[in-house]
Amino acid sequence: MTQVNNPATPANTTTTPVKIILIDDEPLARMIVREYLQSYPQIEIVQECSDGFEGIKAIQQLHPDLIFLDIQMPKINGFEMLELVEQPPAVIFTTAFDEYAIRAFETHAVDYLLKPFNKERFDKALRKWLDQRAAKTTNAPSRSTNTPNPTTQSPSSKQDQQTHTPPADPTMALLETAAQSPTQQQRIVVKTGGKIKIIPLEDIHYLEAADDYVKIHTHSGAFLKNRTMSYFEQTLDPTQFVRTHRSYILNISQVTRIDPYEKDSHLCILQSGAQVPVSKAGYVKLKQVLGL
Amino acid sequence: MAKSPLSTAKFLLIFISWWAIWAILQISLLIGFGLPLSTAITDSLVSNTLVALCCGFISNNMQYYLPKKERYWYILFISLGLSGIILLACKAILVPLLNDHIGTLTGGGLPGSGTTPGIPGPTTDTGSVLPGTSGIPRTGGGILPTLDYSQFFSRSWAVRYDIVFLQVGCMSILSVLWYSTEEEHENRQRRNDAERLSKEAELFKLRQQLAPHFLFNSLNSISALIGSQPEQARKMIQQLSDFLRNNLKKEEQQWVPLSEELQYLELYLDIEKVRFGHRLSTQITCEEECLGLRLPPMLLQPIVENAIKFGLYDTTDAVTITIQARKVEGSYVRIDVTNPFDPETSRPKKGTGFGLSSIQRRLYLLFARPDLLETHIDNNLFTTTVKIPQQQ
Repeated sequence: MTQVNNPATPANTTTTPVKIILIDDEPLARMIVREYLQSYPQIEIVQECSDGFEGIKAIQQLHPDLIFLDIQMPKINGFEMLELVEQPPAVIFTTAFDEYAIRAFETHAVDYLLKPFNKERFDKALRKWLDQRAAKTTNAPSRSTNTPNPTTQSPSSKQDQQTHTPPADPTMALLETAAQSPTQQQRIVVKTGGKIKIIPLEDIHYLEAADDYVKIHTHSGAFLKNRTMSYFEQTLDPTQFVRTHRSYILNISQVTRIDPYEKDSHLCILQSGAQVPVSKAGYVKLKQVLGL
Repeated sequence: MAKSPLSTAKFLLIFISWWAIWAILQISLLIGFGLPLSTAITDSLVSNTLVALCCGFISNNMQYYLPKKERYWYILFISLGLSGIILLACKAILVPLLNDHIGTLTGGGLPGSGTTPGIPGPTTDTGSVLPGTSGIPRTGGGILPTLDYSQFFSRSWAVRYDIVFLQVGCMSILSVLWYSTEEEHENRQRRNDAERLSKEAELFKLRQQLAPHFLFNSLNSISALIGSQPEQARKMIQQLSDFLRNNLKKEEQQWVPLSEELQYLELYLDIEKVRFGHRLSTQITCEEECLGLRLPPMLLQPIVENAIKFGLYDTTDAVTITIQARKVEGSYVRIDVTNPFDPETSRPKKGTGFGLSSIQRRLYLLFARPDLLETHIDNNLFTTTVKIPQQQ
């Protein structure tokens, strides 16, 4: 390893190597990142992955400091992969063209590289992260995140209308914005046991609040996802999914019957036989969507 | 603005013929009533010329003003009014011109009571004689009234007015019909033009839907190759340029042979193979007799692009895209594009499939048929079938 002219690192960097994982389905796209990284001797590429499944596994086994992540990948995209990783590492996104992704990056100040990118741009992104990391290690050591406090960012207008507060974690905020892209609105990706399950939206019967999670009831059982009800209320198609109750969102194509239940409230009977409570306000919304 | 019917040689000729026939008929009618030949000719020529001028005026006038709502009342009133004017003008011209002239001619006959309108004479007529009997000088009548021309004119004005009114009315109706049809024709033309333009614009847009994702990723691949494999990078730049050039130049009307379209497709597939490496393989089969068949340019590439997109992004394994072209009955070329997909996680809608609506739309605009694009699911294989009718 030759200590060549290295613009990115201060002379006294930490001796432990920086661990990096590259996740991109195109071999040449990984190759160019690898090539650019050659001038950073303190950085070690611990693994290269060609899809999100490999990515999750590698992140959980190798605990990298930083990942380079493509968005459009087979089966699950970069955002969906990130959702499934507990304690995601720092991320620099690499993508060619995706207006939703770019909007997500811009509103949430995560660094991203638009393909094709040159060495200067690459160095800038990496140096920014290395500097932040250096600053963090000198202060109180904590889990490394690559973004500063998102104080100046405004959440998307859709969130403004809602009563809930935007998530404090910038990665979560990023993922929420990205989730408005059309591809991600057709499915929900969950992790069940060690496996990853992709649920097409048609398969969903209803969603139920469960503490910090949302329980997704489908044809093939129920799955937990660590999201809020408001998140789903905002990202799911409002002509298909109605929040009928504080703790329930239902898929209207599953409804077979609506029965009165106690005073002011109703009960929705689904095709599966499940009974979903409908509040007074929820009933108004439901009638509107069903065109009654 | 619509052209006047009289500006067309054919119609002008018809108009003149009509005019001549009317004039000759009138001459013979007048002679039948006993007018001398020269008087009859003068009378006929003057009155018919006035009618002709009036008809020209009407037809020209309607070029600028065509009544919309009350058009039949308009025709009636303008015909009545103009006929009156023509008659007055006829009188003003003919009576001074022919009065002494006719005097000498009628003066040759027996002097009689020119004031008895009911009795016809062999030389002059007062209008009560049936036209069918005219032309043959009456011999049985005892009294031959002598009329000067002015009296003759006064007595015949109702018939004259009738005839002129019919002529002018006829011309008015014809003009209205002519201009209405002409206007409708123009409107239809304009509508057709507008439709054609918007159709062309839409087709152009549908054709130009080059995925930016493809372009930027290809450029990124080239960027990666430049360092280690400059030759390969240069080759890919060449392929990408050829692809883009093809994409830009094609006109909708210029159908291309299948062989050319398949070459273009291979160019595209070569680029994609560099991007995706060993994950993507393709298999193209085409019957020999199909190579010369023609189809609209760049129809297959978006279908294959769609197949690659859903083949590659819906599974993590290696993917084979098959493209099969053959000729089917009723002179169609049928092309099947097959890609694998995961039925667990995606539900391609039957009919239009994944991202095929723009191709569907394009085929509809080109052939006005919604049934040329079909999709078919067989286990984990998704097949897109397109049929292109062959122009005879």
